[in-house]
Amino acid sequence: MSAAPRKNRLSVPSASLLALYQTMVLVREVEQALSRLFANSEVPGFIHLSLGQEAISAGVASALLSQDSLATTHRGHGHVLARGIDLDGFFKEIMGRAGGLCQGRGGSMHVADLGLGILGANGIVGAGIPIALGSAIAHAARGTGGVAVVFFGDGAMAEGVLHETLNMAALWKTPLLLVCENNGWSEFSPTSRQFAAQLEALAKAFGIAYGKVDGNDVVAVAEAARAASTALREGQGPFVLECVTHRVRGHYEGDSQKYRDTDELQGLSAKDPLARARDALAKAGVPGAEVERIEQAVLVQVEAAITAARADALPLFEDAAGDVYTPVTQESRA
Amino acid sequence: MNATEMRYVQAVAQALRDSLEADDRVMVLGEDIAAAGGSFKATRGLLESFGPQRVLDTPISEASIVSAAVGAALTGMRPVVEIMFMDFITLAMDALVNQAAKARFMFGGQGSVPMVLRTPHGGGLSAGPQHSQCLEAWLAHVPGLKVVCPSTPQDAYSLLRAAIIDPDPVIVVEHKGLYAQKGLVEPVVGRLGEARIVRPGHDLTLVSYGATVATCLQAAQALAVDGVEAEVIDLRSIQPWDRATVLASLARTHRAVVVHEAVAAFGVGAEIAATLSDEGFDELDAPVLRVGAPFMPVPFASSLEKGYAVSVDAVLAAARKTLN
Repeated sequence: MSAAPRKNRLSVPSASLLALYQTMVLVREVEQALSRLFANSEVPGFIHLSLGQEAISAGVASALLSQDSLATTHRGHGHVLARGIDLDGFFKEIMGRAGGLCQGRGGSMHVADLGLGILGANGIVGAGIPIALGSAIAHAARGTGGVAVVFFGDGAMAEGVLHETLNMAALWKTPLLLVCENNGWSEFSPTSRQFAAQLEALAKAFGIAYGKVDGNDVVAVAEAARAASTALREGQGPFVLECVTHRVRGHYEGDSQKYRDTDELQGLSAKDPLARARDALAKAGVPGAEVERIEQAVLVQVEAAITAARADALPLFEDAAGDVYTPVTQESRA
Repeated sequence: MNATEMRYVQAVAQALRDSLEADDRVMVLGEDIAAAGGSFKATRGLLESFGPQRVLDTPISEASIVSAAVGAALTGMRPVVEIMFMDFITLAMDALVNQAAKARFMFGGQGSVPMVLRTPHGGGLSAGPQHSQCLEAWLAHVPGLKVVCPSTPQDAYSLLRAAIIDPDPVIVVEHKGLYAQKGLVEPVVGRLGEARIVRPGHDLTLVSYGATVATCLQAAQALAVDGVEAEVIDLRSIQPWDRATVLASLARTHRAVVVHEAVAAFGVGAEIAATLSDEGFDELDAPVLRVGAPFMPVPFASSLEKGYAVSVDAVLAAARKTLN
């Protein structure tokens, strides 16, 4: 696999490409809506948007099965949306409402849906990596046939837990797919100044299968993720998939990005993964009206979720304070 | 049920064995715990009985193995991870503090993290500043974690069984110096959060846990010679701790000294003393005193460590101070 941009190949059926595109549109519309809501003070705290990285979420999610689990990062909205998280519960959570998936206790950096195998976004860089390792160990021990996927950014390459996890996953041939979204930035610093090695060399040092794709090419990501997950399910051990992409927004919303080159920022539209997918759809003969219908449907869905979140009650402090531990009545005494 | 005499460390191993037999979701992982049977032999024989998928030797990667326990717990397992010396939990604090402790709460109660971390604390072996610390107060300070500290072979068994069954993350703090201690053990599951009155008395209350329970008993015997009857309470569980039992004892004795091996400053004893001074104010005839280690690292040389350790004399001095 190569990082070089390439023409979208039609190795997936146009219906699948349309589904991938729909997922990307969902992530795009949600992130843009969150940007507006944040600017309008309707989202408390701070949020990290995945605009420009939608193809990775959609592509990887298309390779997952219901029994699989995933752990993600502070920039994890796209991953959980592509996994199929409930949109109402998602917006309510990020807007701090009682009906949020986490009852308003976690927010953007801790969105989780254990029923979908989403073990949480994470506020600690790299922390999801060894959690996903443990999840993969559990899949193997329980014989679920599932795999665990962890998304991490290139900034997490400098975290020790990545290196520890690569070692253990390699030793035990753990069904763990490690997806690096390499957008070149470690928070506010270029990763080239933060990490002396290359992920490929790191994976190879542990004898771990490695692939690198253009992370803005949704078909390439989907194909690579499918091949990797198939190998994982066959017991071939862990896989590192590096997806080269670009971070359109700042580290967090409100980051003025004075540390970034304006040429770099202006050149990002040419790399837009959604525009590239639209081109591919046109080449595949999918009617423009069909594409627009999907875009409109997503927009309606997102607006409805925001309306529902705005109308939802605020969480009560007493409910949260009394729920730090599992109630004794729920204890399963052997 | 039949009681069997065994050492504290054997009681730990028996609790692990019985838990592995009772629930196939239970797995044990840690450094040198499988083939080598554990640094202190607390996991001896488990690999042979349950196989490498449930009794897993890990590399020396504390941060990731404790995080992996969190991930496994969130994916349907009940992992029991051993950290060879409590000093090494410093490497796993993200897993414990940011992940295990908070997952249930910050995910809105969707699930819990039914994991156990076993680790030995304590000095007395000239193990030096990085192999002797008692860091349980750090963990008791974190909402979402439970912390227990058994002082007898029976409790080493019963509390570990209870911790493994518990749906939330529990840290089981064992004591290296107690591993060889023998006692009768019944195969019963204990309850977290319940203290035990080890010795009844009516003149003052000595509250402790872990190895210093024995120190308190020795002090109580010395006080009895002078006609003073001290009540000795073994907390057993530090988070949650049994306020009711300790406050009820204070209501009988009106004097209390809290004793532990850990550094006194900002410690478990400070929390208990503050609670007694607040909720038990009307019962107090003297200030609640604390006896713990001085504010310094645990030293290596025997002569230095002897000076560092909580002595019977130190407990006696505090007890007499509350009585005067």
